[in-house]
Amino acid sequence: MNDRLRRYRNEMMMGIFTVATLLALIPLFGVLGYVVTNGLSALNLEFFMNLPKGMGTPGGGMANSIVGTLIMVLIASLIGIPVGILTAIYLTEYDSASWFSMGVRFATDVLTGIPSIIVGIVIYSSVVLKMGHFSALAGGLSLSIIMIPLMIRSTEEMLKLVPHSIREAGYALGISKGTTIIKIVLPTAAKGIMTGAMLAVARVSGETAPLLFTALGNQYWARSLNEPIAALPVQIYQYATSPYKAWQQQAWAGSLVLISLVVLLNLIARCAFRSRSN
Amino acid sequence: MFTKKRQFLTGILLGVLALPLVGCGAQNSNIPVGQEKIEPVTLTGAGSTFVYPLLNQQIEAYRKNNPSIVVNYQGNGSGTGIKQVSEQTIDFGATEVPMSDEQLKAAKGGTVLQIPLTLGAVAVTYNIPDAPKELKLEPEVLADIFLGTITDWNDQRIATDNPGVTLPDLKIAVAHRSDGSGTTYILSDYLSRISPVWFSKVGKGTSVNWPVGIGGKGNASISGTIQQTPGSIGYVELAYAVQNKLPVATLQNKEGKWVAPSLQGASAAAVASKISTDMRVSIVNAPGVDTYPISGFTWALLYQDQRDKAKGSALVKFLNWSIHEGQTMSEGLLYAKLPPDLVIREEAMLKTITSEGQPLLK
Amino acid sequence: MEESENMSNKKKLTASLGDKTFRLLTLLMAMSVLALMVWIGWQMVDSARPSIAKFGFTFVIGRVWDPVKEQFGALPFIYGTLVTSFLALIIAAPVGLGVAIFLNEMATSKVRSVIGFLVEMLAAIPSVVYGLWGIFILAPWLRETVEPGLAKWFGFIPLFQGTPLGFSMLAGGLILAVMILPTIASISREVMAAVPNEQREAALALGATKWEMIRIAVLPYAKSGILGGVMLGLGRALGETMAVTMVIGNRPDILSSLFAPAYSIAAVIANEFTEATSDLYLSALVEIGLILFGITLILNVFARLLVWSVERGPKGGISS
Repeated sequence: MNDRLRRYRNEMMMGIFTVATLLALIPLFGVLGYVVTNGLSALNLEFFMNLPKGMGTPGGGMANSIVGTLIMVLIASLIGIPVGILTAIYLTEYDSASWFSMGVRFATDVLTGIPSIIVGIVIYSSVVLKMGHFSALAGGLSLSIIMIPLMIRSTEEMLKLVPHSIREAGYALGISKGTTIIKIVLPTAAKGIMTGAMLAVARVSGETAPLLFTALGNQYWARSLNEPIAALPVQIYQYATSPYKAWQQQAWAGSLVLISLVVLLNLIARCAFRSRSN
Repeated sequence: MFTKKRQFLTGILLGVLALPLVGCGAQNSNIPVGQEKIEPVTLTGAGSTFVYPLLNQQIEAYRKNNPSIVVNYQGNGSGTGIKQVSEQTIDFGATEVPMSDEQLKAAKGGTVLQIPLTLGAVAVTYNIPDAPKELKLEPEVLADIFLGTITDWNDQRIATDNPGVTLPDLKIAVAHRSDGSGTTYILSDYLSRISPVWFSKVGKGTSVNWPVGIGGKGNASISGTIQQTPGSIGYVELAYAVQNKLPVATLQNKEGKWVAPSLQGASAAAVASKISTDMRVSIVNAPGVDTYPISGFTWALLYQDQRDKAKGSALVKFLNWSIHEGQTMSEGLLYAKLPPDLVIREEAMLKTITSEGQPLLK
Repeated sequence: MEESENMSNKKKLTASLGDKTFRLLTLLMAMSVLALMVWIGWQMVDSARPSIAKFGFTFVIGRVWDPVKEQFGALPFIYGTLVTSFLALIIAAPVGLGVAIFLNEMATSKVRSVIGFLVEMLAAIPSVVYGLWGIFILAPWLRETVEPGLAKWFGFIPLFQGTPLGFSMLAGGLILAVMILPTIASISREVMAAVPNEQREAALALGATKWEMIRIAVLPYAKSGILGGVMLGLGRALGETMAVTMVIGNRPDILSSLFAPAYSIAAVIANEFTEATSDLYLSALVEIGLILFGITLILNVFARLLVWSVERGPKGGISS
């Protein structure tokens, strides 16, 4: 009797988890389906090759926005990922319980909750106003500020999961703490850290608000990182809110490209990891 | 081990990045071929979202004959245009809200000129099931709907203006822009002009404290909300209403004539209004039988004394082209043309712009 | 403990030098994060000064937001932010956890990689796209199906009363739930995957059902990590702008019904910042951002306390 109840409860819980997963997939297919049906028709080779063209001129694309987004996400990653990982290492490996590290953790949590537009405003008043112009650098910088806390938080959780025995094995072999961390702890947690990094990259590549006051946007190619630069989300937003059907369609195509871009980066990262760990 | 993986990843990332960069290098070098070698000038502008499609197309067209001038204009709000011009982070701005005396005084680069670029009309749009072909709303009725004093579509006051039309027993749902916008500014300017209650209770601004209704971000949200909500009423710029085939209400102008929103109505309002020498003017509820009452200008903002001679001269030339030849593109994109008399005055204004003491436009 | 005794002196020296540099580097980064928060906070306080000086505490409890008359009160925005974020959390945390358990404990490896990937794709969708989808698909669905249904069955609860408009706190909460789901699911999944298999096998060997195994051998081990994921999700929900503003109705009112339109802090900043030109107006918008900063701070204190008490509570495992 009791056994049957237990088994019944087991079945029920398993059912619930399955339903939860299906539930999570509904909005995904809903949103993706919506983007694909709206965007696919405007997607062609020109979209990837050309600059945006004026309303009514056929053959406009978002090549500069695609590159601009990649550049700024790269800048953000180059700053955000190392800073995030190193900070998380400090918090888990060197100093996990002091007031200082509590303060850092706290700062991290608070930073995750800052609306991205505020980050944009702060970078605007401290970088853009000082330099006197909008730039790709300022855009990348504001994205990196959004990335840092996300990276710390996820990396910390992943490092905490590395069993203590692994670290001790390192010390027992006479390997120093720093080396143990770099050679043993980090690779053990690498997959999880990667997931965190990909989530962070995905998050910032879709950001519009922090770029409005930093990167500004550009209809043309930026010739240096010191100039206003185009970004996909900004261009998508500008086109999506315009009155013209052709532009609205381009906005959907842009969304499709943006999603694919993130997915592509994700896949590349995964493949690289799989081939390495084998 | 880990760092190697990272290097590997970064390598791939850089590879992906490099591909389009190579492509862009090739494209860029195509443009100047066969043209005389002039040092290219890049101008950056920002501001009014409303004028973005028009400026965008004008820039494209202008560039065909002037490949050495690159104008980058981003539509991210009139307020941004005013602020950034004042902070000198951009070369020119565009706004649907004229700069106030205080703002003009605060501008860091000296005297700011405001040059009308184009005109637009704000249309009142609605969603009534089994909608009548024409919905007439007189000024006070419109104000009372947006004030929330008229709450149902079958209200007697709406019926009086629409004889022979049966309106449903349905609650009115007001939809308005939640993001600060020039469209809201022009509408609230109009409502302040015709309704003392609105004037004292709400006033005019790019964002106002709406007595009723739900807010949507951007034109897309507003028209989406209206399409999705039976009984709703809202406002969008005329181009948006026409392009997306939204029903528009017929309004009563100052002379008591019923007019549907049109580009000619907006131009007529500009002609009928007395425009001061600094070009700051409100043309809502303008006199004249053909005028559409909810219309407004978009101004370009630039300093009278340009810091950089090459940039300043390129900018003045482009703007001069925009108010002359550029106007031919207006109607195709559903913008109203500037009245010819005004263009002459604007040109004279552009001629007062100097750099290092010399006029930039002869 | 850090270094083995029988190492040669030379090797020991370079190792410890490298070690020290590395440690210093991580410390430096940690300090920079703290500095970053202080710096951003200070920048905000600095630009919020005119509004703080003019309104004082009434800013927090004020209910009127009138940019024309320059009268600003933040309470409706605080309310809308909290309600939508909690709603999102209530929905996304159990679903995300369910997804994580399904992927880790039930699915075959093929299903796991495919569905895991799909769920992570949710994070790749830009928020403006979520917003547009919200306007055209989610809001009408809520207005026509969900809200009338809820009103019919649970209408006696004030939460589910009023006219269904679609654009509501419910819509805002739902769209946020979808957006934070991948964060919660992915992190929970990674955390659970790290639970040693021996734990599971031991539980199963003792005759536990799968659910019992998850409950006693997996979840207790993973709970602090799961909470971490949930907190990351909450952070995102609190600060999310574009998607929320497109479905929430943007009405600064405090109404009990989830069907009613509301407004969130991040949304009002994004909506009005680009158009605000007067100093007081701008500083009021920054001050409301500062309040969000404070809310995040307070919520995190609670979360930390929660994690702390959870961690001090009975550790899971076979013995309990």
